[in-house]
Amino acid sequence: MDKEAESAEQKESTERPKWDNKVQYLLTCIGFAVGLGNVWRFPYLCQIYGGGAFLIPYLIALVLEGLPLLHMELAIGQRLRMGSVGVWNSISPYLGGLGVASLVVSFLVGLFYNMILAWVLWYFFHSFQSPLPWRDCPLNLNHTGYVTECEKTSSVNYFWYRETLNITPDIQTSGSLQWWLVLCLASAWCLVYICFIRGIETIGKATYVTATFPYLVLTIFLVRALTLSGAADGLIYLFTPNWETLKNPQVWLDAATQIFFSLSLAFGGLIAFSSYNPQKNDCERDAVIVGCVNSFTSIYASIPIFAILGFKANEDYNDCRNWNILTLTNAFNIGDENITLENYDDWFHYLNTTNPSVVESLDLKTCNLQTFLDQSASGTGLAFIVFTEAVIKMPGSQVWAVLFFIMLFSLGLSSMFGNLEGVLTPLLDLHMVPLWIPKEIFTGLMCLTSFAVALIFTMGSGNYWLEIFNSYVGSVPLLIIAFFEIISVVYIYGINRFNDDIEWMTGRRPNLYWQVTWRFISPFMLFVVFVAYVVISAKQRPTYNAWNPDYVHFPLAEVLHYPEWVFAICVLLCTLPVISIPLVAGYKFSGFLKKYIMNRHNQNPYANELTNDVEL
Amino acid sequence: MLEKVSFLLLSFTLAEQLCKPGDPDGYKVRLSIKTALGENAYVWNDNEMFLFRATLAFAMTKQFDGQQFEVSDIIVCNQTARVSFWFVVTYPHNKTLVDKQVVERAVRKSRNRINSAFLLSDTTLEFIGIPPTLATPVNPSTPTWLIVFGVVMGAVCAGIIVVLVVSLVQRKRKKNETNEDTQVKTVENGAARDGVYYMSFSEDESSVTQM
Repeated sequence: MDKEAESAEQKESTERPKWDNKVQYLLTCIGFAVGLGNVWRFPYLCQIYGGGAFLIPYLIALVLEGLPLLHMELAIGQRLRMGSVGVWNSISPYLGGLGVASLVVSFLVGLFYNMILAWVLWYFFHSFQSPLPWRDCPLNLNHTGYVTECEKTSSVNYFWYRETLNITPDIQTSGSLQWWLVLCLASAWCLVYICFIRGIETIGKATYVTATFPYLVLTIFLVRALTLSGAADGLIYLFTPNWETLKNPQVWLDAATQIFFSLSLAFGGLIAFSSYNPQKNDCERDAVIVGCVNSFTSIYASIPIFAILGFKANEDYNDCRNWNILTLTNAFNIGDENITLENYDDWFHYLNTTNPSVVESLDLKTCNLQTFLDQSASGTGLAFIVFTEAVIKMPGSQVWAVLFFIMLFSLGLSSMFGNLEGVLTPLLDLHMVPLWIPKEIFTGLMCLTSFAVALIFTMGSGNYWLEIFNSYVGSVPLLIIAFFEIISVVYIYGINRFNDDIEWMTGRRPNLYWQVTWRFISPFMLFVVFVAYVVISAKQRPTYNAWNPDYVHFPLAEVLHYPEWVFAICVLLCTLPVISIPLVAGYKFSGFLKKYIMNRHNQNPYANELTNDVEL
Repeated sequence: MLEKVSFLLLSFTLAEQLCKPGDPDGYKVRLSIKTALGENAYVWNDNEMFLFRATLAFAMTKQFDGQQFEVSDIIVCNQTARVSFWFVVTYPHNKTLVDKQVVERAVRKSRNRINSAFLLSDTTLEFIGIPPTLATPVNPSTPTWLIVFGVVMGAVCAGIIVVLVVSLVQRKRKKNETNEDTQVKTVENGAARDGVYYMSFSEDESSVTQM
C-alpha cells in the first residue's frame, strides 16, 4: 500500500500545484478561519452572555466539536489529495452530493461575503476626508438646518442607511442599482481576483500580508485603546463573569454554533487547501494550531473592541451629563463652568430643593453609564455604526478609520480565498474546465459571474437580501453537510482505515481523545445543534428589521414579516445546497440498480462491457 | 443743572421701560466666556458691555446705510452672572424700537465681526432666537472617495494586466521549448532510422556477391 501510494504521490506532484512552504499553508488556513466573525460576533456574544463566563462553553465546544471536525477535514483532504467533490466521490460514489453541496454553499457565501467587503471598501475610501463624512449631518436644501432623517437618528446612522445603502423601507421595494455600490463591489472583486488569479500560487503569497496584517492592526488598536479614558469600564464590563448565564441552554447552543461557523468548516475550502499538501505532513498538529489560533484571535480582538466601546460609552455618558449641566446653567443663569461634572450632584440637589418646579420643567436626562455600556451591537452594526461613531471622538480619526477598515478588509479577503478555493478546486478536479482555458481566465470568469449575481445586493433592498443569505445559507446547510461529513468518514470510509491513513501520514496513531470525539461526541453535538437551530427558527414566523423613515416610532427599526415569496426563497436557499446529497445518492443508486438488473438478465460474461456505458 | 439731571433721569427710566425681558422686539444674549477661552477668559464688566453696545451699533449702522446709530441707542437690561442679558435697539432720532426682524438681519450680517470682537464663536456667543447660519460644507468638484477609488482600481487593474501578460509570455516560452524538444526528437529518430536503413542496405549489398 505504501509503495503504490508513494508512486501515485510522485506522479501527482508533477501535476498538482503545491504550497511553497508550510508557513503559507498554515497562514492560508488561519486566514480562512479567522474572519469578520472573530471581530464582530465573538465580542458581542461575550458581552451578552456574561463576559468571562462565556469562555467556558466556548472552549468546551472548541475541544469537543471544533478541533475534531477540523482535524478530520484537513486529514481527509491531505490523504485523498482532491477537492471536496473528489474526496467524497472517492470515499463512496453515493456521497458525491456532499461535495456538490459544499461547492454550492461556498459559492453562495462568497457572493454576499464580498458585498460586505465592498461596504468596507466604501468606508475605507471615505476615511481619507477631513472631517470624516459620517461626523456631520448634511444640510437641508435652504441651509437652515439639517436633513430631517438625519436629525431624528444620528449622523452615523444616516451615513450608513442613507448615503451608503440608500435602503428602501421594506424588502418588496427593490429600488435601483446604486452605482457607487456597484463600483465598490467591482473593486472588491478585482482585488479578490488579483490574489486568486493563479489559485494557490498567488493566494499563498497574498496571505503573507492578509493573514498577518490584522494582528498588527489589532495590536496598534490595543495599545491606543488602553490609553483612552473609559477603556477600563468597557473591559471590566466585558470580562466580568456572570456565572448565572451558564444555566441558560441558549448560551451553550450559541457557543457551539459560533465555534462551528468561526472555523469555516464544511465549506470544502479546508479540504481544498490541505489537498495541495504533501501526504507526509502532520495534519494533527496543523489542526490544533489553526483551531487554537482562531480562538486566541477572537479573544485577542475583543480586548481593543471593548476598550473602544467602553471609551464610546464614557463619551456618551459625559455628553449626557454635560447636556444636563448646560440646561441647568442656562435656566438658572449661573455663571458658566460653575457647575462641573464633579460638583454636579451637589448643585442639582441644591437647585432641586430651592426650585423643584423649574428643575422638573427642564426634563433633565437620566444618565447611567450602564445603559450606554449595554448598547451592544454585532455584525455590520458594530463596524459601521458603533465603531465609526467611536472613531470620530478619537484624536486623529482618519488614521484609526483607515487602519480599522483595512484590517476588516484583509480579514474578509483571506476568508474569501477559502470560499473561492472551495469552488475552484472541485471544478478543476472534476475536469469540468476545458483544458484550453488557462487557469487565469477561468478564475476571471468565476469572479465575473459572482460579481454579476451579487449585483442584487447593490439594490436598495440589498441589505435585507444579504441578511437572508447570511441567516439561511450560512447556517443550516453547513450543519447538515458537516454532520454527513463526519458520519461518512467514521462509518462509511471506516474509522480504522482513517486511523491507518493518519498513522501513515503523521507517523502516530490518533489517540483516545480523537477516537471518542470522532465516533460519538462530535456527531452527537452536531445533531443536537442542528435540531435546536431548526426548532428555535421554526418557533415563530421570521421577521426582519426595516429602516423606514416614515415609521411612527422612527428611529426604531420597524419589525416586518417576510412576504410569502421571500420566505419561499429563504426555504429554497436552505434546501438547495443540501438537496444534492440525496439527489446524487439516488441517481447513483438507480444506475447501480440498472446494472444489477441487466446482470441478472444476461448471464453472458461479455455482456458486462456493454453495461459499463449505462453507469454514466 | 437740575434740568440736565432730570433729563438724564427721564431718559434712563425711559430706557429702562423700553428694555424688558421677554420684549417682543428684544433679544436675549448669552455668553459662555470661560467655556470658550478657559484660562484666558476675561472678566465681564462694564467695559465689555460698552464694547458690546458699540459693536451692535456698528452692526445696525452697517445695515442702515444712511442712519448713524449711537451706543446710547442700544439699551441693555437684566444682566445676570451667567453672563446673559436682554437688549433692544432704538432708532437714533426718535426713541421707537427697531423691529425684531431688522435687528436679526443686522446681527446675521455682522455675526462674524461681533463674534471676533469678543474672541467667541457662534456657540459661545448666542443670540437666542437667531440661529447661526450653518456653514456650507466644502464640496470639492471631485468627491475625495472617487480619487481614492481611482488610485486603488488603477493599481489593481495594472497588476492584473501585468500578471496576465507575464503568464501569457511564460506559456508561449514553454510552448516554444516543447516544440523544439519534439523537433529535435523527430530529427534524431529520422537519423537513427536512416542509419538503420543504410546499415541494412549496406549489409544487404555486402551479402550479395559482387558481379
